[in-house]
Amino acid sequence: MHDKTLTELAAALAAGEFSSRELTESLLGRIERLDGELNSFITVTADQALSAADAADAARAKGDAGPLTGLPLALKDIFCTQGVRTSCGSKMLDTFVSPYDATVVEKLAAAGTISLGKTNMDEFAMGSSNENSFYGPVKNPWDLSAVPGGSSGGSAAAVAAGLVPAALGTDTGGSIRQPAAFCGITGLKPTYGRVSRYGMVAYASSLDQAGPMARSAEDCALLLGTIAGHDLRDSTSVARGVPDYRDELEASLSGLKIGLPKEYFGDGLDPEVETAVRDAIKVYESMGASIREVSLPHTDLAIPAYYVIAPAEASSNLSRYDGVRFGHRCENPADLIDLYKRSRAEGFGEEVKRRILIGTHTLSEGFFDAYYKKAQQVRRLIRQDFLDAFEDVDVLMGPASPTPAFDLGAKKDPVSMYLQDIYTIAINLAGIPGISVPAGFVGNRPVGLQILGPHFAEQQLLNVAHQFQQATDWHRRQPAFGKENA
Amino acid sequence: MQWEAVIGLEVHVQLATQSKIFSGASTAFGAEPNTQACAVDLGLPGVLPVLNEAAVAMAVQFGLGINAEIPETSIFDRKNYFYPDLPKGYQTSQMYHPIVGPGEVEIALDDGTTKRVRVHHAHLEEDAGKSLHEDFHGMTGIDLNRAGTPLLEIVSEPDMGSAKEAVAYIKALHSIVTYLGISDGNMAEGSMRCDVNVSVRPKGQETLGTRAEIKNVNSFRFVEKAIAYEIERQIELIEDGGKVVQETRLYDPEADETRSMRTKEEANDYRYFPCPDLLPVVLDQAYVEHLRESLPELPAEKRARFENELGLSAYDASILSSTRPMAEYFEAVKDSCNDAKLAANWVQGELAGQLNRENLDIVDSPVSAAQLGGLICRVSDETINGKAAKQVFMALWNGEGATADEIIEAKGLKQVTDTGAIEAMIDQVIADSPVQVAQYVEADEAKRGKMIGYFVGQVMKASRGTANPQQVNALLKQKLDQA
Repeated sequence: MHDKTLTELAAALAAGEFSSRELTESLLGRIERLDGELNSFITVTADQALSAADAADAARAKGDAGPLTGLPLALKDIFCTQGVRTSCGSKMLDTFVSPYDATVVEKLAAAGTISLGKTNMDEFAMGSSNENSFYGPVKNPWDLSAVPGGSSGGSAAAVAAGLVPAALGTDTGGSIRQPAAFCGITGLKPTYGRVSRYGMVAYASSLDQAGPMARSAEDCALLLGTIAGHDLRDSTSVARGVPDYRDELEASLSGLKIGLPKEYFGDGLDPEVETAVRDAIKVYESMGASIREVSLPHTDLAIPAYYVIAPAEASSNLSRYDGVRFGHRCENPADLIDLYKRSRAEGFGEEVKRRILIGTHTLSEGFFDAYYKKAQQVRRLIRQDFLDAFEDVDVLMGPASPTPAFDLGAKKDPVSMYLQDIYTIAINLAGIPGISVPAGFVGNRPVGLQILGPHFAEQQLLNVAHQFQQATDWHRRQPAFGKENA
Repeated sequence: MQWEAVIGLEVHVQLATQSKIFSGASTAFGAEPNTQACAVDLGLPGVLPVLNEAAVAMAVQFGLGINAEIPETSIFDRKNYFYPDLPKGYQTSQMYHPIVGPGEVEIALDDGTTKRVRVHHAHLEEDAGKSLHEDFHGMTGIDLNRAGTPLLEIVSEPDMGSAKEAVAYIKALHSIVTYLGISDGNMAEGSMRCDVNVSVRPKGQETLGTRAEIKNVNSFRFVEKAIAYEIERQIELIEDGGKVVQETRLYDPEADETRSMRTKEEANDYRYFPCPDLLPVVLDQAYVEHLRESLPELPAEKRARFENELGLSAYDASILSSTRPMAEYFEAVKDSCNDAKLAANWVQGELAGQLNRENLDIVDSPVSAAQLGGLICRVSDETINGKAAKQVFMALWNGEGATADEIIEAKGLKQVTDTGAIEAMIDQVIADSPVQVAQYVEADEAKRGKMIGYFVGQVMKASRGTANPQQVNALLKQKLDQA
């Protein structure tokens, strides 16, 4: 059962091939046996999952099953879950049990899905390798010496290893797409405002967006339809109808205009990754799509702008972790300042502290105009680059990451880690949607093809991704890790 | 050397919304600590603010009430600092694009003149919680009930020159916000709190002196005393060869002095930036116009109308328009008795005196406006005389009857205007006072005028105060002159 897509599992449940309890038990068993090595989960909620599975089976027996009823999945540990620890990968929130559910968690539960637990992540979603977790690094199921990517590395690894058919991730600068690429799965970052952020622990509020990570574009379409939509509790969520994202999956790509940003095929791109991506684009050509080169002239400014805006917002968003109301509090504080200093010094990891410091600095009097304001100007230019490009083409394509998954511990200095996100970060700054789909391998490490569309073009992105998956089987490949004799 | 003070105020007005500015929790005062703080107010991980439209409407109403510009777009910023009763580690406020632009407030001065104080802007922000330092055995308790309560911070230009003007300004603001119904204006519960900026300079000098800011002064009286103290302090300091430093000071009402809290060097860098969780507030013209049309008559307009249309004195008009309950009471009395001057006299005389004696607010008056109006009607149609009217008023105050008519009837206070009855009483008094009558007869005209008072008093006494005094006077004179 563990190698099926959500869509296939839904059909099997509907056909009575097995029950949701059997499916849930089977996956919990795999987690039990395999995750000790993978470390993709921070918290496994087996008891809640089994009772939810029984409820789903009972609903099905009564004829009350919807398309997602009884389907297991996992939640990145950034989503608040009532009664379940929500750690955000940080010592700071190691003991934090949320008293409420995030909107997306409510929506998934209302649709009848079953959460098996909370997946590992870079602390407060800051990182590209999942090595910044208080709970230790996650391994890449394709190669246990490689990172799974980050920050949604636990979600990506769990799906790739067949521990869950799908998971929710979040993407602030590539945190869904890059780990999806590294782990050979499909991951969609929706348009900013498409999915409610209520109950999602904030990293950089103007960039954060939740999205599905699964084994196929079709599964992402199914999940996106469930989690998307306006939320009165999130003012930045957009009041716009939610289509059935599966409706257009089979549309023909004949006449599709694909742009290849020349900046995404330049220096620093691993030649084998480039080959895989160009081969994927040939598949589209064979479907009748036309290819042209386009330019996103401000691409080289995306990382600098991001590393001003995101840390600035983070420095403010993370101020609430002060040891006063919840989260880590130091032992025996001498006074208030000591309480603040030690609680935060002990509770946050190195990368989080670095970004808080950067953000505090860039917002400071005398630096604000040179950094924050300038970065916002750059952000507008970057957005305009995309709007201009979409005047000429329907979608943009390129690599999701300049290299395949790198080795655990390989990137010691923060800047080389930041440069990993060169192809994903601008998308968050522009607020547009992007999807990464498996498109080959470099050795045993997967390569992701990134497809970008205009704001709210998720339906088209899913159509384009799905058509590729109809013509190729990269997304069906499975790592040796986790293959068990049934 | 002659000195002059320059004073500017930042007044925080708590808006009278049902729920908080960014959450659905109640804003009611006085609940058990932390029972009115929801996940959003606690700043739990993952929560997001949603702007309360009622707070926006109230802020705009205030802006319209002071003839301010209402910018089309306003933006919420985060003011970042750590404090235990500030749950998110930042206060959501409006630094660069406030909801209310420049406007003006007219203040009434003691000499009967008015002055215009310019308002630089007013912005919306959330209140913090409260730190409780008592009863926690050396620790501090945090009550977050107040966290997220909507505040309108009204920032004046440095247009005031004395403590009295500053108080008049705050009173004018108090009157505007309570008229608009956008705040209960309850200073004791912290619904209006002031930060006062004070500097002094030699009279006639153009440039401003260095200012000190006095934080959190919470009553009209303390504002006046704090400013007076601070002006004195700064003048003495400079005259002694010292220099005023830019700093934040605290007023201690017990010692009646201001004390340094922190200097500019220690001041926080609040690292303001636009709050990414809230969209810019865009007000369309129709929305603003709708609010403008629903605006009630404000104190300045009311004062002018009382003076010009009702013919009240400037003083009466100013007092009676000073608060909305006062104005509403007065107008209700006036409408029911149809005599603005009598209504003004009664509200400011007998009623105000009695309220004052019993330390009651006009809204708690035991005598309703309709009751007082009914009483005044009986005075103006001469059913009762002035003396009886005071008796009726006290009876109404003490709840001895539902209407003036009922009490007049029950107590037999109806004025006696029957000439025959009055004459009979006069004849009796004359008969009983032969000595006084004899003296009167011998007296000259000037003396007689004084002596007649005795006879009037006797007749009134005989009528238990119900005889019409003018009639008594006239008839007595007639009879005595014939005696």
